[in-house]
Amino acid sequence: MKALMAADEAVAEIHDGATVMVAGFLSAPESLIDALVRKGVRELTIISNDTGFAGVGIGKLIAGRLVRRVITSHIGTNPDTQKQMVAGELEVQIAPQGTLAERVRAGGAGLGGFLTPTGVGTVVEEGKQKIEVDGRTYLLELPLRADFALLHATWADPWGNLFHRLSTRNWNPIMAMAADRVLVEFERLRPSPIPPDSVTTPGIFVDALVQTGCPVAQLVDPWQSWHACGWSAEGEESA
Amino acid sequence: MSRRHPSISMPQDPRHRIAWRVGQELQDGWLVNLGIGLPTLVANYIPPGVNVILQSENGFVGLGPTPPAGAEDKDLFNAGGQPVSIVPGGACFDSATSFAIIRGGHIDATALGALQVDQEGNLASWCIPGKFMPGIGGAMDLLTGARRVIVAMEHVAKDGSSKVLRRCTLPLTAQGRINMIVTDYGVMKVAKDGLLLTELFPGVSLERFLQDTDAEVCISENLEQWEEIA
Repeated sequence: MKALMAADEAVAEIHDGATVMVAGFLSAPESLIDALVRKGVRELTIISNDTGFAGVGIGKLIAGRLVRRVITSHIGTNPDTQKQMVAGELEVQIAPQGTLAERVRAGGAGLGGFLTPTGVGTVVEEGKQKIEVDGRTYLLELPLRADFALLHATWADPWGNLFHRLSTRNWNPIMAMAADRVLVEFERLRPSPIPPDSVTTPGIFVDALVQTGCPVAQLVDPWQSWHACGWSAEGEESA
Repeated sequence: MSRRHPSISMPQDPRHRIAWRVGQELQDGWLVNLGIGLPTLVANYIPPGVNVILQSENGFVGLGPTPPAGAEDKDLFNAGGQPVSIVPGGACFDSATSFAIIRGGHIDATALGALQVDQEGNLASWCIPGKFMPGIGGAMDLLTGARRVIVAMEHVAKDGSSKVLRRCTLPLTAQGRINMIVTDYGVMKVAKDGLLLTELFPGVSLERFLQDTDAEVCISENLEQWEEIA
């Protein structure tokens, strides 16, 4: 069984200067971010798809000047990031989104890097080794790992298995593999196991679980509704 | 003038006209990714009987229309962060899988906007140094991995300068990847030896097109001049 704890307890071990992956796509695990802001850790390196919006999600860390460096694919939605970057207060490393995702995946998969055609002939290739395979030029991109990953899940079970509804899966499963400690906020706890073939992030990667409660309407147990549609396996119990 | 799909008539609005023309390029069964902004409008102009599957690079295929107010799902957004729907047959996945789909040649076509394009098929869209630096997002991967790249953009920038150039002056998003350019002036194809003008939209004379194009353009022997629909 995984430890259930409060957000402040979960982030307690995140130290100044830590490298933190934050899952989400123009969204972030808000309760874990809020706890980080309360803790006031500084000099963070953030690895994420984007930096959220001004004062929202990762934007809270940026606005609080808790971040020294971001490695990301897009900062266009957050003017604070751009201002701090232009003022030289924040180091911003921009990568193509697919390259960033694969670097995270490589970090969690024990790979020493990978070859991608993305970025050849652009500024992205600067400083990178070019390797030709069967007549096509690729860039050698290196893996990324972090001290911590902050994830969000719709459902968790006591074994730490996670299910991310619809478009919320995004970076969660790959960041879960690429960090030393994986902290998860979730909306609903399913006391019985999530059906093993429906788990989208296996609990073996998860270290701490934080319940946030469902921000909008009561969630329907997805496996219950599948059952109603006749999709689920026989004998499956619903929460 | 042949009208490929008379069931959807040519819109008057220039941006919608671009989207309408791109829509006619899409073929039944294709997996397509539409960029943010003008290219998103293409979804409204996919001809009847042509079933394409739309990918949303934040993690699913089967992108459907904007849900009615009040019917939004808090867990379902497109890559621009707007609430959307998923049509029957859709499927969700993580970001690494999403870009494996994109880089791996599984996308039949992408339509993307641009700041500049050039006669060598280069495209610049992600950066104006010192002025506009939003980042790269998924654009470089899409341009590199999609089987066909269609640029959907206005022909002339707000300052009056041409966006169709001999050579892009802004940092490139990808090198030599464009197949076709649709602007509010007409349609160009990128051939081995440069741009080929194939269609002019209603009210756009060849003279005006050439005046507002800073590239070497060959004119197709079968140049089509679209007529305004009554």
